Amino acid sequence: MSADGAALGARLRDRDLTAAPAALNLLESRTAADREQSAKLLAELSPAALGGEAPGHVIGVTGPPGAGKSTLLSALLRAWRAQQRSVAILAVDPSSRRSGGSLLGDRARIEFDPADRGILIRSTAAGERLGGLASATRAAAHALAAAFDVVVVETVGVGQGETEIADVADTIVVVVQPGSGDALQFLKSGITEIPDVLVVTKADLVAIATRTMREVSAAMRSLGSGATPVLAVSSLPPTSGMDELVQALDEHRAGLDVAARRLRARRAAALTDFVVEHGERGLRSLGGRRAAETLLGAQEPGLQTPALLAVLEQAMG
Amino acid sequence: MSDDPSPRLSEPDRPWMIRTYAGHSTARASNELYRRNLEKGQTGLSVAFDLPTQTGYDPDDELARGEVGKVGVSISHRGDMATLMHGIPLAEMNTSMTINATAAWLLALYIVAAEDEGADQRELQGTTQNDILKEFLARGTYAFPPAPSMRLIADMIAYTVEHVPKWNPINICSYHLQEAGATPVQEIAYAMSDAIAVLDAVREKVPAERIEQVFGRISFFVNAGVRFIEEHAKLRAMSILWEELGRERYGVREPRHLRFRYGVQVNSLGLTEAQPENNVQRIVLEALAVTLGRDARARAIQLPAWNEALGLPRPWDQQWSLRIQQVLAYETDILEYPDIFEGSRVMDGLVAEMLEGARAEMAVVAEHGGAVEAVPYMKSALVESHRERIRRIESGRQVVVGQNRFTESEVSPLTADAEGGILVVDPAVEAEQIEAVRRWRSERDQAAVDAALASLTDVARDPRSSENLMVPTIAAARAGATTGEWARALRDVFGSYRAPTGVGEAAAAPADGELSELRMEVSRLQERLGRRPKILVGKPGLDGHSNGAEQIAVRARDSGMDVVYEGIRMTPEQIAASALQEGVHVIGLSILSGSHRELIPAVIDALRKEGVTAPVVVGGIIPEQDVALLQKAGVAAVYTPKDFDITRIMRDIVELVGAGAGRAAINGRGPSANGSA
Repeated sequence: MSADGAALGARLRDRDLTAAPAALNLLESRTAADREQSAKLLAELSPAALGGEAPGHVIGVTGPPGAGKSTLLSALLRAWRAQQRSVAILAVDPSSRRSGGSLLGDRARIEFDPADRGILIRSTAAGERLGGLASATRAAAHALAAAFDVVVVETVGVGQGETEIADVADTIVVVVQPGSGDALQFLKSGITEIPDVLVVTKADLVAIATRTMREVSAAMRSLGSGATPVLAVSSLPPTSGMDELVQALDEHRAGLDVAARRLRARRAAALTDFVVEHGERGLRSLGGRRAAETLLGAQEPGLQTPALLAVLEQAMG
Repeated sequence: MSDDPSPRLSEPDRPWMIRTYAGHSTARASNELYRRNLEKGQTGLSVAFDLPTQTGYDPDDELARGEVGKVGVSISHRGDMATLMHGIPLAEMNTSMTINATAAWLLALYIVAAEDEGADQRELQGTTQNDILKEFLARGTYAFPPAPSMRLIADMIAYTVEHVPKWNPINICSYHLQEAGATPVQEIAYAMSDAIAVLDAVREKVPAERIEQVFGRISFFVNAGVRFIEEHAKLRAMSILWEELGRERYGVREPRHLRFRYGVQVNSLGLTEAQPENNVQRIVLEALAVTLGRDARARAIQLPAWNEALGLPRPWDQQWSLRIQQVLAYETDILEYPDIFEGSRVMDGLVAEMLEGARAEMAVVAEHGGAVEAVPYMKSALVESHRERIRRIESGRQVVVGQNRFTESEVSPLTADAEGGILVVDPAVEAEQIEAVRRWRSERDQAAVDAALASLTDVARDPRSSENLMVPTIAAARAGATTGEWARALRDVFGSYRAPTGVGEAAAAPADGELSELRMEVSRLQERLGRRPKILVGKPGLDGHSNGAEQIAVRARDSGMDVVYEGIRMTPEQIAASALQEGVHVIGLSILSGSHRELIPAVIDALRKEGVTAPVVVGGIIPEQDVALLQKAGVAAVYTPKDFDITRIMRDIVELVGAGAGRAAINGRGPSANGSA
């Protein structure tokens, strides 16, 4: 028996945080009945239904393993909760290629008060089906943004092509640790996303952190993104740089045309999902990628991804 | 000796220190037990503390629920310690304490108890285990993060070398590494690397000429499994490496300081719940591993009891183990000869093999930046080794008599009594201890306690303080502070810590027939559920024995499930919140400390309050007579050590989830929802 998607959507719209776990169970499910209910849930939370974009700030946090993402999130959680902002974290773990199963470890690494009802942490596996779970994560982020003040999507962001964090986040934070040349290489080669905010962790390692700051700033300039804030933080007590980071995130959001960014993201996501389902052949039957984009561009801006996907599928005939 | 034409020693050796690892309930009950044991011919004491004492909580702390007096004695303050040691002359006794995170505190209480008796701390003899790295790796009773933990250890060693010169301030434990699955080579390498980390830390605290004495005070606590020839070789290899380390890294010259000194508790990991009487033979053979060859003989021995896999041993069970030692020491001729393996080609070959392996592994640890930095690496290596071991037993490649072979058995008269042949701690003990510690707090000089704790905090706050943490610790003990207060003062300064679980890094298992079949099953279930089956593996309470939970987590992943495992020491409320937020289909709980009667129903209660109706299964040392109680509380299945086939457990779990599929695992509507499982 499927959960009632419309009812869950309505509860999230009313900012009822206790609806979130059941909503996530539904959005992750791939059975036909659940997908139908998922579409209803999302329809309740579409810009059309909300009378605007979902108010939550969706932040993508990405960076190589060991960069200190979990420690950073622990410190950010404390800072946001001190401002009474509710926070949902969607932690995406890589999964085992062999068995398909995953050990979802981030929940253990992030420090938080388990009794705090303003925090939700959900771990998901990246999944072996390209776009499969990423699609559920995108939907989850959209849905939770209606109820939570901040929604973080955390990924191990190097070479994880299936998780296109730009398709979901208002603000992308790339986390690097001092002395790691890899992150620089990834930035330069374009493997990782261009960040809106770049964080160098472990600022307590003063000399090496300063050098990394310099190198990263130079790399950003050479990419033509000299305006991207580069911040050094130490997320272990005594923390430093956290206030500046929270502020930089807020400033980025304030300067952003959220509606335009999310509209672009929803359309891109619909196209990604379409290609996962129907492949290049499906795309050709629409007259190619450009034609599909034009078709999506002609749609009502308030439509959610599943509705846009349906439009494409209809056009395919 | 080799010049002597006689194959015998001119004078037989004196026996090793004969001990029993004992303690339960209250200080008074344990004191009676110790005095009886000494009358029976035991020559030293080995104190077992309960988990709240080991992890720095008073009996009335929320985290202590269900654990007070269970796996050892509850000691909260100097009054408890005085009661524990009542009538035992501390200046003459040799007392070993299995205590780590709170070792400095318990030693302080012991010193104060001795003062009260009129004994000087310079006369005190004994050992505090005090090896925190192996707590991070295997045993789980840590309290503070690595850096301040190492500082406490270094301070304690620096203090005792000066003021309690006959004390062994630390026992580097390879024991628990083997319990966590270490191979002999890993056991040697990690223990030696651990010792290096400790010695390097102390080197910064003492004058250069002192390091020689410090080296001489470091002792080891090792394990011995039933492959006793190999195990003996391991100990010879350790003594060679130790001497080499002393000479080369620390410039130690004095032969007596270079001697590899160790105590031992033989293997508990290999003791079975099935046909538990067979454990007696195993224990005897394991005792041979540490006594046979004179060049690598144990200084002190304590043997486990035959029924450890069933529950807590009774005094009679422990007496049986004590008598094993006495037969070995006083009836056999084991102490009459020089080293019987000298010149043995087989023994020398085994030792050379192990030395080579251990040196290579020590180099890997050094590459990680030393033992402290290498904790995550070593942890995942142990989880791997343990998984290998379980796979060998499951497949029958490693024979365990009575468990995976020769399983036909007559009914055992040993477990026929009402309690099933184990000790059951009176549940009233917890309430009594809570009452007692509250009374203690109300009757002491509070201002003196506050002042003592304040100066402890002051010293702790400065990581480079020249003052030794032992000094304010002893002052706080004298003033009447409690275990929980001492630990809280330090937690407030040092912060808390979660050790790595080691499971995330464990490589995927190669799929044999059975596992592939299970993966197919999981994949079919996934189609029905709409998403991948998700399991929460939880360890409620203070019990740090996480091997079982880790192996279940890794195998669930290898079966194709999504696994949430957050490590040890979770409260029922934390487990319930995780289950709800993660949307899991099933919850597996593991408890080995005997607190399942209290904690499992508490977890189920918390789950139902959150509206989580997913089924709960339990694994651990669960006595037969408690199974019905757990089932009544809502547990779907109970697994005990005799259920060694983890793939089979997985199959049960998949079936259980399958049976519930079609019904939402979680309705997510909060406390108002009907929570029937």
